[in-house]
Amino acid sequence: MTKPKKPILRIENICKILGGKEILKSVSLSLFKGELKVLIGPSGAGKSTLLQCINFLIPPDKGRVWLEETEIQSRRKRDLYAFRQQVGMIFQDFNLFDHLNALENVSIALRKVKKMSRQAARDRAVAELERVGLGDKTTLYPAELSGGQKQRVSIARALAMDPKIMLLDEPTSALDPELIGEVLTVIRDLAQGGMTMILATHQIGFTRSLADEVLFMENGSIIEQGSPEDLLSPDACTRSRDFCSRLNELYEAGV
Amino acid sequence: MLDALTAIFEALPYLLKGALVTSGIVVGAMGLGLVMGVHMAVGQVYGNRAARWFVGLYVWFFRGVPVLVLLFLFYFGLFALIGLNLSAFAASILVLGMTTAAYQSQIFRGAILSLPRGQLQAARALGMSDTKAIISIILPQALRFSIPGWSNEYSIILKDSALAFVLGTSEIMARSHFVASRTYHHLPLYITAGCIYLLLTWLGVRALLKLEAKVRIPGYS
Repeated sequence: MTKPKKPILRIENICKILGGKEILKSVSLSLFKGELKVLIGPSGAGKSTLLQCINFLIPPDKGRVWLEETEIQSRRKRDLYAFRQQVGMIFQDFNLFDHLNALENVSIALRKVKKMSRQAARDRAVAELERVGLGDKTTLYPAELSGGQKQRVSIARALAMDPKIMLLDEPTSALDPELIGEVLTVIRDLAQGGMTMILATHQIGFTRSLADEVLFMENGSIIEQGSPEDLLSPDACTRSRDFCSRLNELYEAGV
Repeated sequence: MLDALTAIFEALPYLLKGALVTSGIVVGAMGLGLVMGVHMAVGQVYGNRAARWFVGLYVWFFRGVPVLVLLFLFYFGLFALIGLNLSAFAASILVLGMTTAAYQSQIFRGAILSLPRGQLQAARALGMSDTKAIISIILPQALRFSIPGWSNEYSIILKDSALAFVLGTSEIMARSHFVASRTYHHLPLYITAGCIYLLLTWLGVRALLKLEAKVRIPGYS
């Protein structure tokens, strides 16, 4: 895979202390167009905090973020809001707007943020819901949808904003096992369609088959990074490999 | 007995005009309380230290002083002091409105705090400002969840509106008192007044229940 020289997203030395604990210890990474980077690591490693620091939902204590050539000045509200529009975010527990149906969940930001007309926003929302296989569920409310459907609505909601990159924070961790597949299929289609993404996940099989690069986080640092073959192959002597085989044992024991 | 019924019958149109005045006070006060209360709740939850401090002080004062004292304090005291020449009717709306604002702000604050925090995060992640997120995402849900508490506040303010009598507003209580002291039919007239209050409470609470059902989010039980 040939990559352009300039990264689409670059973060440098992100530090965050929460409640006296050092959650992120000077984390840096670059993301290139069309790339899927997967963050793995034990709970509490800082994966979620890192993703939320990238779009300043959690303001980092230190560190810098660039989207393409521009450094984000998070103190300038206008710049921050414009930046966030270009960064799609998917949350573990979906965070759909409970009072809006699927269609309105997708169209509200188009209308309120992108100032699209009601009709244009509606058309775009229908198209995005069809793309994630929910064309027949547009009028249902979050409480009427399954977990997998909710997560697909939230993906449609993010995609409707035409993001340059997407951050996915354990998108399948809150789902029943039988619903994970439908969400992973959507993410796979996105990856194959060239969407640039950072994905935090415990889905090792998915990581192996689709990740361009695996980042292994522990105690607030990225301690290993490389291709899935290098880090996760059965004969690799890496911390990542060790972690994943323990995850696998857990899943097999559970079956 | 017949005397009493005649007295009620003759006084009824006069008392019902008072019911209109009472309704005006209640609608005005509840409306003012709604607008102020929403702003205060948002200020207390999302505002800076000064906003939180101001709302806290306001609520502390208006919840801590009896309504009757507030009515006298503002109408005969503060309004006169600043040269504000209000009718008793307008002053009643203003004082009851400011009082219910303190209580309503806490109804709305509770509702806002009961919403899952992730929705505000999701709205921000889509590029919404906090103001937009509060208007489009937080308040539509918080206001829905506030209706039961608001209905409670409505019935309280409806009954507190009888205190406007002391400022000389010609609402239900003032009119019943006026007729009763002239005709000496105290019991029948105050029973009638009580019945009008019961009816107004019942109608209002019923309307709010209907509203609650109408704006219910599908899928929520």
